Amino acid sequence: MKILTANRLIDGEAVWFSTAHRWSETIEGSEIATDKAAEEYLTGIARTATENNEVVDAVLIDVQLADGEIRPLRLREQIRAAGPSNRTDLGKQARPAVSQAA
Amino acid sequence: MYRYDEFDHEFVKARVAEFADQVERRLAGEITEDQFKPLRLMNGVYLQLHAYMLRVAIPYGTLNARQMRMLGHIARKYDKGYGHFTTRQNIQYNWPALSDIPAILKDLASVEMHAIQTSGNCIRNVTADHFAGAAADEVDDPRPYAEILRQWSSVHPEFSYLPRKFKIAVTGAERDRAAIQTHDIGLHLKRNTAGELGFAVYVGGGQGRTPMIARKIRDFLPEADLLSYATAILRVYNLHGRRDNKYKARIKILVHETGAEELARQIETEWEALKDGELKLPEADVRAIAAYFAPPSLPARPEGDERVKLARLDSRSFSEWLDQNVTTHKNPDYAAVTISLKGIGEAPGDASAEQMEAVADIAEKYAFDELRVSHEQNLVLPHVARADLKAVYDALADIGLATANSGLITDIIACPGLDYCALANARSIPVAQEISQRFASPERQRDIGELKLKISGCINACGHHHVGHIGILGVEKKGTELYQVTLGGSADENTSIGEIVGRGFSPEEITDAIETVVETYLRVRRDRSERFIDTYRRLGAAPFKEALYGSEAKAA
Repeated sequence: MKILTANRLIDGEAVWFSTAHRWSETIEGSEIATDKAAEEYLTGIARTATENNEVVDAVLIDVQLADGEIRPLRLREQIRAAGPSNRTDLGKQARPAVSQAA
Repeated sequence: MYRYDEFDHEFVKARVAEFADQVERRLAGEITEDQFKPLRLMNGVYLQLHAYMLRVAIPYGTLNARQMRMLGHIARKYDKGYGHFTTRQNIQYNWPALSDIPAILKDLASVEMHAIQTSGNCIRNVTADHFAGAAADEVDDPRPYAEILRQWSSVHPEFSYLPRKFKIAVTGAERDRAAIQTHDIGLHLKRNTAGELGFAVYVGGGQGRTPMIARKIRDFLPEADLLSYATAILRVYNLHGRRDNKYKARIKILVHETGAEELARQIETEWEALKDGELKLPEADVRAIAAYFAPPSLPARPEGDERVKLARLDSRSFSEWLDQNVTTHKNPDYAAVTISLKGIGEAPGDASAEQMEAVADIAEKYAFDELRVSHEQNLVLPHVARADLKAVYDALADIGLATANSGLITDIIACPGLDYCALANARSIPVAQEISQRFASPERQRDIGELKLKISGCINACGHHHVGHIGILGVEKKGTELYQVTLGGSADENTSIGEIVGRGFSPEEITDAIETVVETYLRVRRDRSERFIDTYRRLGAAPFKEALYGSEAKAA
């Protein structure tokens, strides 16, 4: 199970590709690829968004669903999705719960 | 301190304009990320987990109040209200937008600062003893030489594309506070028997995945030959350094593979051809640069002793701070003050915009407008009248910067780790915070005495774990964090690389493990005068292994 993430070119903000087919500033609502074809689709999105200079470092990451919420497998990606673990007042974790579209 | 001349101003201004144009073209899609990345790195711009990161150079860690105030202004206006002081005496901002970076660089240039060569395979910011110009034990101020090296190495056409990054450190005292033996080139400023200034030259130190202690290749290099000799070293390295393998590309590997004696021979041969050429430093120019670093005129303040004595009786916390964070100055009426950025439970090296501004005010009012950043991620007021120490202490206490822990176990060096850094495998800051809280008691810290604890979140070793008396290295094992403990490292004039003590510890276990090591030390030390590192050198790892692993250690 994979989702597509990147950093937005203009400000470096961590973003995820959402089911609404746009780059979202939070991980909720990410488009999930559960088979090869869906992964290839996301890889194509990554390529186009990179070529269009919308994002940099676009990459597919492994996730799982926990109580219906998307959770990255790697700690690195969990921290990216939340913010610094020593500063819960910063990053995505400091935002109101409603997801914000990019 | 050094002031930009017309050339410096024009040079930095031109560089800001050049990078602003590159950013504009990148944002307009005229250049690709592959084309842009080396350009942004040359200007200190990285991309990390949450955002871009900008690393600003603080040459040899010296700055004035106006510059510190600007660092605070940038933190507030363009970032999230704080900055992180680094182990190379620089500052990093963790959240700037790429589109704001040209404006940040312009603001920095207005106070004679920049971010040039804080990244990339070039000669990086030259670091120096943070007590330079103030320390009672120094032969002379090492910073003029750091400045000469800075001018020489800035956009040096031959040395801008080295096999790998290149770091130089300079100290002016026998007691090495600049960790010169862990640098690509370490320079120890000294006098020969004739009283002339020169350098002992060390080459090939470094940390990272292959830690090595630098080898001394020359006991005395005359002052005038500094640049010709540095050029000879860089030329030999540039020619023979391993460009085929990033992990073997530092000069330490070349020293190791070639042998220090043979490499020294090659350097001397190269130098023979250079030493009497245009790189010879004219005496007048050296003195002109040294004049910029002349200590401020320090008026006699003999009332200091009496005032300090009275204030000590009045305040125990001041007395503790005095014992721990105040260093002897070459002028007996004065002292150098270490401002700890290691408050109990805080992120090592972080300072808020408000703290930076308040420290700038204190420096202006009490410290002749001079500040330093130490490689141990603290700030320093190098020249404070002893008579003003209580006032400085009170002002620091008001902003939460009067923690009396310089050189103690809670004065931890830690890299940003996985909370920010794209290279990290494990977190560093939360480990530092938990250890700091565990050892929060000032009495307990003082009983333990000098103990250098250093934490890195990956093998690149930005947190200097290899040279910590106790080092902690975070790794990723089976998707979780694991912390290896090394013991016996040191970064002073008796530099040593710590040894891995045994299997690693989980995040839940690591603080207990450190406490076990410390309690073992307290049990086996001869007396309070025997520091942790001395005890380790006397007894080796055995008692610590036994305490940490018990029967497990015996079986192994």
